Amino acid sequence: MNTLLAITGIGVLAMLSEIFRFRKAIFPAAIAGLLLALGFAVADWDTNIRYYSDMMYFDNYAIAFSGIMIITTLLWFILSAGYLKDPEHESDFTALIIFSLAGAVVMVSFADLTMFFIGLEILSIAMYVMAASNKTELRSNEAGFKYFMLGAFATGFLLFGIALIYGCTGSFNLQEIAAYASANSTSIPAMFYAGIILILVGLSFKVSAAPFHFWAPDVYEGAPTPVTAYMSTVVKTAAFAAFLRLFSVSFSGLVDWWAPIIAVFSAMSMLAGNILAVYQKSLKRMLAYSSIAHAGYMLMAIVAMNEFSKGALLVYAAAYSIGSIGIFTIVLALTKNGNEHLSALKGFASVNKFQAFIVTIIMLSLAGIPPVAGFFAKYYVFTGALKSDYTWLVMIAVISSLIGVYYYFKVIITIFQPADREAVLVEIPTHHNFILWVVMIITLALGIVPGLLIYLI
Amino acid sequence: MHTLLMFIFPLLGMLAVRLVSDRKQAAKAALMLSLIPLADTIWKLTMFDPFGGTQFLYDQYWVERMGISFKIGVDGLSMLMVLLTNALVPLIIYSTFDREIKDHKNYFSLIFFMQFALIGVFTSLDGFLFYVFWELALIPIWFICLLWGGNDRARITLKFFIYTLSGSLLMLVGLIYLYLQTPGTHSFDIDAFYALVLSQEQQSWMFWAFFIAFAIKIPVFPLHTWQPDTYTNAPTQGTMLLSGIMLKMGLYGIIRWMLPIFPEGIAEWSWLAISMAVVGILYSSAMAIAQKDFKRLVAYSSIAHVGLIAAGIFSLNLVGLQGGVIQMISHGVNAVGLFFIADILLNRYPNRDMKELGGIAHVSSPFAIGFMIILLGSVALPLTNGFIGEFMLLTGLFVYSPWMAAFAGMTVIFGAVYMLRAYQVIMLGEKSDAASSFNPLTFNEKTLLVIISALVILFGIYPKPLLDIAEPSLQAILLKAGVNI
Repeated sequence: MNTLLAITGIGVLAMLSEIFRFRKAIFPAAIAGLLLALGFAVADWDTNIRYYSDMMYFDNYAIAFSGIMIITTLLWFILSAGYLKDPEHESDFTALIIFSLAGAVVMVSFADLTMFFIGLEILSIAMYVMAASNKTELRSNEAGFKYFMLGAFATGFLLFGIALIYGCTGSFNLQEIAAYASANSTSIPAMFYAGIILILVGLSFKVSAAPFHFWAPDVYEGAPTPVTAYMSTVVKTAAFAAFLRLFSVSFSGLVDWWAPIIAVFSAMSMLAGNILAVYQKSLKRMLAYSSIAHAGYMLMAIVAMNEFSKGALLVYAAAYSIGSIGIFTIVLALTKNGNEHLSALKGFASVNKFQAFIVTIIMLSLAGIPPVAGFFAKYYVFTGALKSDYTWLVMIAVISSLIGVYYYFKVIITIFQPADREAVLVEIPTHHNFILWVVMIITLALGIVPGLLIYLI
Repeated sequence: MHTLLMFIFPLLGMLAVRLVSDRKQAAKAALMLSLIPLADTIWKLTMFDPFGGTQFLYDQYWVERMGISFKIGVDGLSMLMVLLTNALVPLIIYSTFDREIKDHKNYFSLIFFMQFALIGVFTSLDGFLFYVFWELALIPIWFICLLWGGNDRARITLKFFIYTLSGSLLMLVGLIYLYLQTPGTHSFDIDAFYALVLSQEQQSWMFWAFFIAFAIKIPVFPLHTWQPDTYTNAPTQGTMLLSGIMLKMGLYGIIRWMLPIFPEGIAEWSWLAISMAVVGILYSSAMAIAQKDFKRLVAYSSIAHVGLIAAGIFSLNLVGLQGGVIQMISHGVNAVGLFFIADILLNRYPNRDMKELGGIAHVSSPFAIGFMIILLGSVALPLTNGFIGEFMLLTGLFVYSPWMAAFAGMTVIFGAVYMLRAYQVIMLGEKSDAASSFNPLTFNEKTLLVIISALVILFGIYPKPLLDIAEPSLQAILLKAGVNI
């Protein structure tokens, strides 16, 4: 809870900084505040306190996911230092991102559907604005508008679903919904099932799972690169953590009914994301499709719904977020050169020897090759799904992983190719090197000591 | 504890070789560093008792609650494979002497990293660990092929990687499945796998999950299509690593991870596996005859040789298995030798067509003699190392089915045809223009040819030490597979 208060506090502070003219101090203050929030999260470990007549529940699950999101946001701030230097809007951008992090923390710690919805909206509205934050760029406006329209639509589904569930059970509380489902297991009305479906649709949109993924490539490509980085890491982690929390607490009794539906979504996401990513020339758009594919893998953890699910999702979210932040530093460098095409990375290794090594590790991790973090993430997800007898889903995951290797390795091949003669070579600024180092250390550490996270929660 | 030295020395080599900037010095340093693991292996060999079961055991939890351990151990079979790896790596590094290698630091580092992963594959006694090393071995060789390979390497290496990874992922699913069958909190320990009681149907499925992974690596027809391009395109040392050591991962995997765990699955499908291997032998021999490029010819001949090894192993008897192990060693030595000869030719005649050569024997008799000896080893002439292995393999296969043995036996005839023809075209006949400009062999080239020739003859005349090391462990494996010896 202190974590949430600290985060909200920095958000308010950031907005005040515009009025009281201490804009210069806001960047260090945000970093310090986030570190403080992280410290609070660690201090809350194993306390399991419920707040506000059981509206929020800070269990280890909430804290672990909050931790990942705060660390990612910290890295994000370093990544976006240049972008935030906007003379007009530094404090606004900072505040929006911090508030959206607050929404994300609410989304992983709710114990009540109203809190879930509020968290989701806090997160989303900030992101709608951020997606359109590059006001003079047409595509950024398009991205913001598209994201807002479709997002609002999906939120409508979600809200309608919540209403139907409430109509059946008379409660927003997760545990009471679960109790209702188990008490009336023989006579659950169709309305309840309809509610689950609508919530499922709304959440699938938020995590950009197929067949609700169509907004993702355009929004990811159009939004300013730092915002895309944030969307594909923190937003995704929060949405998945909320997804699993809701379905594992409230609807776990009906798992046999909804798991096959999510399994189909999962299979579609993996195949659609990976196959379409192969054809992309822009690195940023390729990452958008790859994030759809990763949504498919993460859905497998929810489909499995057994003792592996939480740990597998945590490891996956961590591996994916860290890897994405790393690769977006490269995308940002490309954006700066004005050419986001993959081919612009030719000759990268000849200028940036060590960075090329790190990019290789990140790509191995995203592709799921041992012994880096991404492999163990995939391994846990696969094991969980096999344990719940979803062999067909695992086979599809295997096939789509192979397709994934194709385009991830194309990145590696490209960076080691010699540069074209007139090409502008990619340069990585120092503070981005710091991110790459952190990313490499975490990715390797999660690979060499994979037990760190899996049994944390 | 000194088990871990097997892993520490290659890693040390990987880092230490980066300290040397001068190219010539770096190659020398790399050779010295690669002799340390060899010395370590020989030291372990002196302490090794063939009848002692698994030795030098090191068992430490990696992810305790997932039942994953870092379990390393060496039995007779592993000992030979480790010996093969650590003996070939110095030869492979030695073959870079007198060659221009760009970016040599990374090159040698990757070779040492490869050695590290290979040792891991050959000594892991935990399914998960085995898989991790198995994949790990793919990364350095992929980079060696990608960064130092010939034209069109991006496409070929990507095909190679995805091809082999597709098999590996199937194996991963198989491993997880076996893991979930183990009782209690589940375990990847090989002993837990040995203790499993699987139904016939489960065994059949497991057979395919593992067999495809191993068959791609070996490669067995019709899963060999990545091999000729990759071998031809890779730099010489990469090809040596691939054919000399890496493909033995697949054969080793069959013996260690398939025979004892699901013998009934093998019994059900071995006819198909052997047929595939035998068809592969005939097909690739025919392809080898048609090749113009010597390196590609050797690549195809390699498919034929390892096809015979696979067939012999699947015939499920002690002679076949022993022959397989002996031939794995012999093929490793011969493949490194043949690819070194290809490298000598390639270094002097970059355009590769054998027809333009001829009469080199008139110019360089050391080369002619070295080539001849290695070639005879490859075509399995008695008193060379190839003979004893192929003879035992064919005997084993004969016990399984005389017909199969008859077809597979043609590999010896075909082998003689394409190898001797290649020798004739390149070395004999009229002295061609190309031959007159043949640069004499350097001291290092001569030395390497002498070492390899010596190994060919030594193990041809006296293979008994190798057989003695392997036999008890192979008997134990067959016993677990329920085969009466």
